[in-house]
Amino acid sequence: MPEIASNFINLDFMTAAYLFIVGFVGGLVSGFIGSGGAFVLTPGMMSLGVPGLVAVASNMCHKFPKALVGAMKRAKYGQVDVKLGLVLGVSAEAGVLYGAHIQENIKKAFGDAGSNLYVSVAFVVVLAVVGGFVLRDALKTYKSGATNEEEKVTKIAKWVQSINIPGTMIYFKSINAKVSFLFTIPLGFATGMLAATIAVGGFVGVPSMIYVLGAPSLMASATELVIAFVMGLGGSLKYAWGGLVDIRLAMIILAGSLFGIQLGAIGTTYVKPFMIKLVMGLIMVIVLFSRALMVPVYLAQLGLISEISEITVKVLKNTSFAIMIFALVLGAFIVLKAMWQGRRAERLATKEVLSH
Amino acid sequence: MAASSVGASKKPYGKTMIFGIVSVALYAALLINQDSVTAYFSKGGVYAFLPIIMAFIFSFVHGNFTGYFWTSLGVEASKKKKEGN
Repeated sequence: MPEIASNFINLDFMTAAYLFIVGFVGGLVSGFIGSGGAFVLTPGMMSLGVPGLVAVASNMCHKFPKALVGAMKRAKYGQVDVKLGLVLGVSAEAGVLYGAHIQENIKKAFGDAGSNLYVSVAFVVVLAVVGGFVLRDALKTYKSGATNEEEKVTKIAKWVQSINIPGTMIYFKSINAKVSFLFTIPLGFATGMLAATIAVGGFVGVPSMIYVLGAPSLMASATELVIAFVMGLGGSLKYAWGGLVDIRLAMIILAGSLFGIQLGAIGTTYVKPFMIKLVMGLIMVIVLFSRALMVPVYLAQLGLISEISEITVKVLKNTSFAIMIFALVLGAFIVLKAMWQGRRAERLATKEVLSH
Repeated sequence: MAASSVGASKKPYGKTMIFGIVSVALYAALLINQDSVTAYFSKGGVYAFLPIIMAFIFSFVHGNFTGYFWTSLGVEASKKKKEGN
């Protein structure tokens, strides 16, 4: 009888329950903002003893079927721009391959610590710039009281839409305008590169669709699921080709995440668009602190700063992981609360109409 | 509108049950045979299509189950926004 591959862990009930729950919360957030969850799942699996590459591969293999189910659900609500998702998805796939190539080279030149430092710095820089911008925009909308008004198209998006490069123009329904694919290629590529580096391409994909292309938040977050499907399918095939996917882990996470993604997708029909930005911005900024905590550890491992004691490293690692889980749980809490309030308001409104 | 939404609120208990049973059976089959499944699925090369195909099958069955599950519990999309689309 064949044995379980040597780099795959033994699966007990507690491990399965843990993966199911993290999968559920990750799915809930993904269904709402189009991505997320992966940044907790990969380190979460590694903390169970799963080797890094198997964790990345198995995470990827749960991501594409999850994104498919989420995209189909949100397409029912008219929120998905399939064409934009596919166009961005193809260039994202190229970004994933290039990002993975850079990762391999860094690992070869500077070892694991160098690779980890690169990932953490990418996390911190991207999340500080993009996350800070998204969160500031969401809070500005909230404070102005204009939460019910239609989202304004940014100046840069208006400029992008005004540029006409013959032979490259594509009409996108989410933007309701023609945009040159010469603009979508770098955006998709950056999304893919980020996905290959920090596992969550959506942190660039969704904001770029909103702020650079001019898509509404709801459609951008839903369309990101199409991009995640394309990237995840290609990535899974690549990793499975090398025999790195632990299908048991992938399917157990999928079991939880499909419950979550359905709920997250339903949640988007009850909230105002700025909520998507708020949840995304909050998660990004909190995760930024989580990764920033680890930077000194990797710097010390590379000998760039003086050595850090083992106990301090352990405390930093655990705190970093706890902050990441907090980010995800907070995101899930906001989604559920907003959905609960939306449902209650709708029920009261229906009752009022019926009583009149 | 109210009448139509009341009419539409019939819960899909039957579909939830069917997809739920098939989903549980798929997961049971995977976990009971995990030794041989992981051995074949991690062989690499053309065997890479096995986990991909499995992911599609599970997403169809379990995706339908989870969708009907929430509908059966009365957790559905906002009717207001649906009509607006």
